[in-house]
Order: sequence, then C-alpha cells, then structure tokens
Amino acid sequence: MTEQSMPAGTDPNSVRKVVSVKAPPAIAWRVFTEQMGTWWPLAHYKIGKAQAVDAVVEPRVGGRWYERGEDGSTCDWGRVLSWEPHTRLVLSWDITADWQYDPNLGTEIELRFIPEGKDGTRVELEHRRLDRYGARRDEMRRIFDTEGDWGRILEMFARVAAPEG
Amino acid sequence: MVTYADRAFDALGDPTRRAVFKRLRAGARSVGEIAKGMDVSRPAVSQHLRVLKEARLVTDRAEGTRRLYAVDTTGLDEVRKWLDGFWDETLAAFKTAAEREAARERTR
Repeated sequence: MTEQSMPAGTDPNSVRKVVSVKAPPAIAWRVFTEQMGTWWPLAHYKIGKAQAVDAVVEPRVGGRWYERGEDGSTCDWGRVLSWEPHTRLVLSWDITADWQYDPNLGTEIELRFIPEGKDGTRVELEHRRLDRYGARRDEMRRIFDTEGDWGRILEMFARVAAPEG
Repeated sequence: MVTYADRAFDALGDPTRRAVFKRLRAGARSVGEIAKGMDVSRPAVSQHLRVLKEARLVTDRAEGTRRLYAVDTTGLDEVRKWLDGFWDETLAAFKTAAEREAARERTR
C-alpha cells in the first residue's frame, strides 16, 4: 500500500487494530500479560533459532518482553514501558526489519483495555513510531497491517488449490 | 524468519512447480500421472513435489504400491494468515484465548 492509497487521516507511522473480547478486562489483561505463550503465534512470529515455547512479559515497568526457546534460550523482543493493570500496557517492540533484536529500535505498542457491555472488553492496539524503521517503514507496515495487494494473489492461489467442481 | 508462507510463495514462484500443483486440483495423483503430458521427467516431478511438500502445499500417502500426492491446504492457510497481517492474526489468537479463559471462570 502506498501512502497515497491510504485512507485519509491514516498515520503512516502507526498501525491501529481493535478487537472486542467476550471477557472482562481483568481476564483479558491476565491472558494478554501472563498467558501470552498460550496464544501468541510462536510457530512463525518469533526470532530465535530454537523453537519458541513461551512468550513472557515481566509484570513491571522496565520488565523484559521475550520469547523462550525449547532449549531454554531467551530472545528479547522489547521492554515494558507502561504497566497499568487491567487498563493500559505499553511495550517497546525492538525487533528490526531483519527480525533481529535491537534495544535501540524503539517502536511502541500501546494496548488499552476498555470495558465493553457486560463482561466484555474492547482491546485497542496501536503499533506506532514505525518511522523508526526508516526506509523500510512501508515494508514493515505492510507486515503488521493487512497487505491488500496480496489478497488478490491469494484468491488466485485458492482457486488453483480448490478441487474442480 | 522463513515461514511456511514464505516457502509457499517460493515454491509457487516456479512455473513448472505451479503446473505440477495445478495437476492436483482434481484429486490425488501418482508421479507418473502428474508427469504424463508434461515436458518434464518423472524424477524432476518428484523433486518439485518434494519442494511443494516442504511448503506444506502437497501431502503424500501410500496406496498399495503407489504413492499418491494431493493438495495440502496447510500451506495455503499459512499464506492466508500471513496476508491477514501480523496484528490481525495475533489479536484474533488473543481473543480466542481470553474468551476461553472467561468461559472457564464462569463455570468455576
């Protein structure tokens, strides 16, 4: 997606997502921060050489955010920048465009847990400061967000794969 | 970070391999059946099938003395996930986990 084709008002340095979860904020927060390893797509969103078996957020400002491999090795992803239980979490995402940890990268992920209806939570995510990727910002933005142009290619693949009716 | 989606794109980037893959659309086939009418040798077809299998685009199974190859949708699912975007996929997985946890708490 080029900047020109983005909807008006879209910040090229930020990706925003919203998800409604049928779980109260306290549970949503707990699953996000304490049980990340149970749902994070570790099979392909990880950076270490070892097979990743867990993703850990240390519960305090300055805490590490890292993956743990099956061999016990750890690979940092970022740091906890803000820790407001059940309400707001800010993490740094320090993984470069080459999927290497760089403590100086400093893109940021802010999560807001907003009560919604009875026992629901609206989780708002913003991945910002993508300008930190420099010349590779748009490439990374496409990875974090939906890649529109590829959708058509996928349709093509899907048709190829579908049994002839 | 080489993913199955990357492998699927790489595997299908080759025109001969795409042709081999397309021949499996109608159902499972043996190497001989795939090679029939194609301008490539059976060993070459086997080699292409191996790459497609590694990308999880093709599965194989033994049927009597024959080995049959068929489309494996796993590789395509990986491509779809990749297309959905990193955060779409990750948040969808989080939502499922949080709702499962909430349901478990309610029945406690």
